Amino acid sequence: MAQRTPLYDVHVRSGARLVEFAGWEMPVQYAGILEEHEAVRRRAGLFDVSHMGEVAFRGPSALEALNRLFTNDIAKVADGQAQYGCLCRESGGIVDDVVVYRRSAQDLLVCVNAGNRQKDFEWLRDHAGPGVEVANESDDWAQLALQGPLAVQILQRVTPLNLSTLKPFRFSDGVAAGARCIVARTGYTGEDGFELFCRPDEASRLWDALIEAGKPEGLRPAGLGARDSLRLEVAYRLYGSDMDDDTTPLEAGLAWVVKLDKGDFVGREALVRQKAAGLPRKLVGFSLLDPGIPRHGFDVLRDGRKVGTVTSGTRSPSLKISIGLAYVPPALAAEGSTFAIDIRGRPAAAKVVKTPFYTRK
Amino acid sequence: MDFPDDLKYTREHEWCRVKGKRATVGITEFAQDQLGDIVYLELPAVGDRVKKGEAFGVVESTKAVSELFAPVSGKVVEVNDPLADAPDTINEDPYEEGWMIQVEMDSPSDADGLMSAAAYAKFVEEEQE
Repeated sequence: MAQRTPLYDVHVRSGARLVEFAGWEMPVQYAGILEEHEAVRRRAGLFDVSHMGEVAFRGPSALEALNRLFTNDIAKVADGQAQYGCLCRESGGIVDDVVVYRRSAQDLLVCVNAGNRQKDFEWLRDHAGPGVEVANESDDWAQLALQGPLAVQILQRVTPLNLSTLKPFRFSDGVAAGARCIVARTGYTGEDGFELFCRPDEASRLWDALIEAGKPEGLRPAGLGARDSLRLEVAYRLYGSDMDDDTTPLEAGLAWVVKLDKGDFVGREALVRQKAAGLPRKLVGFSLLDPGIPRHGFDVLRDGRKVGTVTSGTRSPSLKISIGLAYVPPALAAEGSTFAIDIRGRPAAAKVVKTPFYTRK
Repeated sequence: MDFPDDLKYTREHEWCRVKGKRATVGITEFAQDQLGDIVYLELPAVGDRVKKGEAFGVVESTKAVSELFAPVSGKVVEVNDPLADAPDTINEDPYEEGWMIQVEMDSPSDADGLMSAAAYAKFVEEEQE
């Protein structure tokens, strides 16, 4: 039986089409993926992302303990800042990609992927060491993502918090539509926007208030379909599709969130070794030169031979071209390199391009 | 949902409009609704042969890929080329502007075994349960 978020009834009432995703019954679309995608790029969209998990680190050694399990450097940011990075195994393989919210050095919240809630919690708890309490708070938080260029003016209408001083990747405790929440200027769409963490029993009130407040701006509820095409246009990785326990952050193009010189952390040695030895494969962004749409699992071909695998692909609603991410040998990873994608037996020409595919205006 | 009476239907959600030896083929309103926004289409070329029950093309929405199955056997005599640049026409008007191919049937009785509008409506209802 798939789990339901506190907003399940709201989705049904809103005419959402529900699908199972990572063990959750989630809205894939309301009016339609393309319309929702465009609403987020031009105006604003509201997503239920309550399926995401939250693991709290608290105690005198919380920051040090978490930093030893995190590839980025949470000591480098201030209280009230969020930071993206990976949790790695000793092998360098990615347990998950997460956003850490640093409330203080003694109190941090790790936002994890829905499908990894239990795995991450157990991994973090079992490797945290002394001086820290690790709590799985996934069921204690609902999460709404308000994303798009007009998100700030919509949210400002329902909160006394001064949003103009809340910069990207900053967050603050606050009240929105009467609900106490963490207001974070973060997201997964490549647009300006906010993620609101609130109590599950206040989620539907907050949702309704935001939808009402956003009417003049053309705010739309948006589902997982648009969330996926939006994130892929800006080349954000999706755990489970673009990376897993057997890929390293270096292979996945996430070297920018791996701080090898920050001191020891789990996976560091393996990553140092891999960096020195050279990567066996790299995740690249490509666009299709021939007709067709690349999909997860399609083969990458060179001279008719399989040399890699597509991990994500779609028809970009904003750019009107077919785009994707694929693991390829390093020799084929440079911008402008060409190869073919096997689309149901037909080789379609593709070219490595700069990512993000889409940059906001 | 609209299933016009003058069409014949398959269990794979294609429709077929028969006039003499010619059959026009598309997908039903139910099919386009299930797929969502259609963004890409692969159709055969004029002169290609299609075989009843076998795939003749592919339709893709933002999320899903679906094969198209021929309701009849024969030779493709016309293809709705404008769909390549405007595949969303299939969402907007699946029975008229959104037609896909015209087939000259090997045997006009090919379409006889297909479902009537009423039978298809019942089939869709059962499939949704």
